[in-house]
Amino acid sequence: MPQTTSSSSPFEEDAPEPDAPAAPTAQSSTDALDSLLDEIDDTIQTNASQFVRSFVQKGGQ
Amino acid sequence: MMFGEVPPAQEVDPARRIMGLETEFGLHFDAPNSRAVTPEEVAGHLFHSVVEWGRSSNVFLTNGSRLYIDVGAHPEYATAECDSLSDLVAYDKAGERIVQDLVATGETRLASAGLEGSIYLYKNNTDSAGNSYGCHENYLVRRRADFKAFASVLLPFFVSRQIVAGSGCITRTPHGAHYSFSPRADHMWEGMSSATTRSRPMINTRDEPHAHADLYRRMHVIVGDSTMAEPTTRLKVGSTDLLLRILEARLALPDLALAHEMQAIRQIAHDVTGAATVELADGRRMTGADLQEACLEAVRGRLDDVIERTEETEQVLDLWERAIVAVRTGSTSDVETELEWAVKFRLLERYRNRLGCPLDDPRLARLEMAFHDVSPTRGLFNRLQADALVSRVVSEDDIVRATTEPPATTRASLRGRFVREALASGRDYTVDWVHLKVSGTQPQTVLLKDPFRNVDERVDVLLAALDG
Repeated sequence: MPQTTSSSSPFEEDAPEPDAPAAPTAQSSTDALDSLLDEIDDTIQTNASQFVRSFVQKGGQ
Repeated sequence: MMFGEVPPAQEVDPARRIMGLETEFGLHFDAPNSRAVTPEEVAGHLFHSVVEWGRSSNVFLTNGSRLYIDVGAHPEYATAECDSLSDLVAYDKAGERIVQDLVATGETRLASAGLEGSIYLYKNNTDSAGNSYGCHENYLVRRRADFKAFASVLLPFFVSRQIVAGSGCITRTPHGAHYSFSPRADHMWEGMSSATTRSRPMINTRDEPHAHADLYRRMHVIVGDSTMAEPTTRLKVGSTDLLLRILEARLALPDLALAHEMQAIRQIAHDVTGAATVELADGRRMTGADLQEACLEAVRGRLDDVIERTEETEQVLDLWERAIVAVRTGSTSDVETELEWAVKFRLLERYRNRLGCPLDDPRLARLEMAFHDVSPTRGLFNRLQADALVSRVVSEDDIVRATTEPPATTRASLRGRFVREALASGRDYTVDWVHLKVSGTQPQTVLLKDPFRNVDERVDVLLAALDG
């Protein structure tokens, strides 16, 4: 049976959804997005064309 | 032997609905230095561990859900029957974890067959050649003689729902690329029919209720995009459920019948500015936002009447409204952590600006694939969510629990318990959506025709007999 392990939850179990989405300020979210892109840049750029073309599968429903 | 009398169907609150989501995952084996390998072969290795415990690549899990290999070697996960949006989102997300958990063993087996590489599973809707696969929504509806007329009223809603619930995608054309609301829109061929792969209809009319057929039927919707963003999934299903409640109360929805549905779904998909208008059967022209707003207003008009004002309903209506405003104004900042197409658009635009490349650059196609990768470590959607760049509507604990425990309030609870105990007993068993069967010299079967029923004495007797 597949199992997953729990990681720490950013939310309290019974906490209601806040009225405003729990988004950080514009500045910090910009920074987070940029640092994520910094981190994955090499992976994305390496053989991008070949990687994309190699994903072909018959259609489903 | 059939076990006991099938109990009569329970009286059910009209606000309670059984819902389920089926997801076909994209399966990609990246192995640049190995021999050619078919998706079927990769799927076989991926499902090896499933076959080991389930003796089949088509199994029901202890969480009441179904896991199998579908047409085209797509791993498919169908959630257990859920009767709340929060359960449905949690069980849908649990499916991503369940398929991802097959990857490590699959890769090891491929490597021992001389195929060194990495398996990627995508919760998306198209491969690089433009083949499409889907996310199918199932809504249990009360049976009525005029199902086709009933469901066809929803077609304008489904044509335009992509502006709020689409996954977003780069569309490549001979004249360059542009961003679209929905990757699925271009793969729809008709409004309603009983076909599936041959001629994809938005609503499939195949009548398989998996329940008391005199009372219920299933509305099978295949027009939606697979979505990873929890708020988007909740809105996609929640908005549909609210409209169904109005129709099931035999109340009218505004007449928005479209002149050409297949043309309209493409026109709306391909204009992310939201300005494109589509022609209605009565000659009017409306935008996707106009159509969605008419549906939203119809729901608002029934609040405290046929639609009870619950917290979950309020959350659906709130995002629905903000989504329509975002499309109308072209300002996505208010929904950029909640609507999947907006989350993805922001990521793609940021990266495109860095690279200074056009939208048809293969690196952006690569980024899209990374976005939909269900891996918790590699997948960009998951990374964005971990960085709070995507909002959540269910807790991590709920999702983890949903990978092994069935929903407590529906028939799935009985199925999940049966699978767990049958596996533990070592007895041969078979199970599907409506049957629980213990094999052997005196096979015993329980028929579960009421998807709302989560307690059944016959199942208790069947389980007690497992040890005997």
